[in-house]
Amino acid sequence: MTITDQPSVDNGVNVQALLDARTALTDAPEAAAFQWRARAEWVAGTHTSTTVEGFSGLGAEQSHRQAFVVDTDHPELFASEDHGMTPTEMVLAGLAGCLTAGIASVATNRDVQLRSVVATVTGDMDLQGILGIDPDVRNGFGEITVRYEIDADASRSDIEAIVAQSQKRSAVFDVVTNPTTVVVEVV
Amino acid sequence: MEAASVVVIGAGPAGLAMSGSLAAAGVDHVVLERHDVGHAWRHERWDSLRTLTPNWMNGLPGLPYRGPDPDGYMTATELADGLAAYAAAVAGPVVAGVEVSAVGAHGSRHVVETDAGCWTADAVVVATGPGRTDVPPLSAQLPGCIGQLSATGYRNPSQLGERVLVVGASASGVQIADEARRSGRSVTLAVGEHVRLPRSYRGRDILWWMQAMGISSRRWDDDLADLSRARHVPSPQLIGAPHRTMDLRTLREQGVELVGRLVGVRDRRLQLSGALANLVANADLKQSRLLDQIDEFVATVGIAALEPDRPPPTVIGTPPTSMDLDTFDTVVWATGNRYEPPRLDPAHLDRRGRILHDGGLLRSPGLFAIGLPFLRRRSSTFLSGIGRDAVELAVEVRRHLDVAAAAA
Repeated sequence: MTITDQPSVDNGVNVQALLDARTALTDAPEAAAFQWRARAEWVAGTHTSTTVEGFSGLGAEQSHRQAFVVDTDHPELFASEDHGMTPTEMVLAGLAGCLTAGIASVATNRDVQLRSVVATVTGDMDLQGILGIDPDVRNGFGEITVRYEIDADASRSDIEAIVAQSQKRSAVFDVVTNPTTVVVEVV
Repeated sequence: MEAASVVVIGAGPAGLAMSGSLAAAGVDHVVLERHDVGHAWRHERWDSLRTLTPNWMNGLPGLPYRGPDPDGYMTATELADGLAAYAAAVAGPVVAGVEVSAVGAHGSRHVVETDAGCWTADAVVVATGPGRTDVPPLSAQLPGCIGQLSATGYRNPSQLGERVLVVGASASGVQIADEARRSGRSVTLAVGEHVRLPRSYRGRDILWWMQAMGISSRRWDDDLADLSRARHVPSPQLIGAPHRTMDLRTLREQGVELVGRLVGVRDRRLQLSGALANLVANADLKQSRLLDQIDEFVATVGIAALEPDRPPPTVIGTPPTSMDLDTFDTVVWATGNRYEPPRLDPAHLDRRGRILHDGGLLRSPGLFAIGLPFLRRRSSTFLSGIGRDAVELAVEVRRHLDVAAAAA
C-alpha cells in the first residue's frame, strides 16, 4: 500500500484531509478529545425523539450543518405505534454506517475505485433476556453479522483486506464489541 | 568522572552487536551492563524457550553461527552462552554490575549517570532492550486468591494452578498456553490482535522465505505506508521447533479455549472483546496474502520448492464475551514487553515514553538507540537484523566522532 498525493480514484472521500488530521492530532492530543452528544425526548408510549446538533472537538464547540432528528419506537407486534426504528436497529445502522465509511476511506487511500457497497446487517436477539424470562440470556445481541457485497476495481483478497482494515479503525465496531463504562443518572 | 569516546548501555544482543561492530570499525568504547552479559536471556526466560529464528540467522557481526544445527533453534541458555563467548572474543570491554540511571547533555558531549559514578562520552548508544512484561493496569483488579505471573516471570508449568488464563497471543502467549495445556491443565487464551505465521511453507522455514524475498530487510526509510504501525506489530505466533506450526487453530485442537481480548473486570467477571472472529479472519487473510506472495516469488524466480501446503482457516466458534473470574486460579500476562530506557531528556521521548529516533539516531547528535522494533529494518529485533543495524550504526557513530573531533 502506498499513500499517493493525488488519488486517481474518486470515492467522494477526502483522504488527504484525513491523513492531515491524523498528523495534526498526533502533535496536539488535546485537540483529539471529542465529545458526542444527543438529546432525547420522550414523545409517548415507546416513542422517543432524539436530536443531535452540537458536539465538541479540536478544542472548541462544533456543530452539524443542521440539527438531525431520529425517532425510535417499536413495531406494532409489541403493541407500539411504530413511529420509527427500534433503538437496537439504530445500533445496527450505526455499525454499518461506521464500517462502510471506513471502507470508502481505506479504499480511496489504497487507490481502489468502489462502484457499489451494500452491507446486510443482522443482529440475533433472544427476547427471553429483556423480558426477564431467563437470567442467563443477555438483553443485548447474541451475535451480529455484517455481510458485505462490494463491487470494486480490486481482487477479492484486496477487498477483504479493505474490509478488515475498516474494522480496525471503526468506533462503533469497538463500541459494540468492547465494554464501555456507562453512567445513567437522574438530575 | 570517567571518560570514554563511546558508551554502550546494555550487554544483551543489541549492545554486544553494537560493541562488536564498533570494535571492527576501530572505535574505542565501553559497554555498561547492570547485571552481567546476556542476563535477560539467562535469567528472565522460561525453561523451554528457544529462539524464534533458526540458528543460521542467529549470528552476530563477526561471528556467524557455526554450530552443528543451522536449521535448529537454540535454547535461551545456549544464546546466553553464545553472547558470553561473543563478549569474550569480539565485543567489549564490558563493565558489569553498573546500572545506568540517566543520560544527559554535557556541553557538546554526553554524560551517563550510573550507580558507580558518571561517564562522559562523545557518543552514547542505548541498547537496554525489552524489559519486563508490560502488565496492564487491570491486573490490579484481580482478587488476591488468583495467582498472577508475567511472561518474564514464567519458567515452567509447575508455577501454574490447574485452571489457567493466558492473556496475549503473540509468540510468548501461544507458547505458554501450549506448554500449560500439554501439562494437563485447563487453559483459556485471551486473544487480541495477532500475527499468524506457519513455521514452514513449501518445505522451508517461513523466515527463510521472508529473508529471501526481502521482506525482513524492508528498511525504515523505505516508503512504508505506516512506519509507526509497523513498529508496533505484535510478534508472530511462532515457536522454535522445526516445522511445528503454533497458531490458534493448533491450540484449539489441543483443547485450549480461545476467547477475545481481555478488556475489563467487573463484578468478579472478566469482560472479553467480541471482536475475536474478525481479528482471526484478519490474521488468516494476512497470512494467506503472505503465502500468495511466496507462491508468486517461487513462480517468478523459479526456485525449487515443495507443493503449496496452505494451513487451514482458523475456526473459533462463538466464544463467550464474559467469564466468571473464579473459573481461574492463575493468570499469565503475555502482554508484550516494555522498553524502559534510562532517563533521557523528554525531547527524546514520545507521549508514551518511547524513544523518538530516525533509524536509531536520536535528535541530539551523538545519541543512538539499537534493539528497538523496526529500528532500521523489519528484522531489527531478530539477531540477524540487530547485527545489520549495528554495523550501520557503527558507521554513524564513527561519522559523529569524526565531526566532533574536527570541531574540537
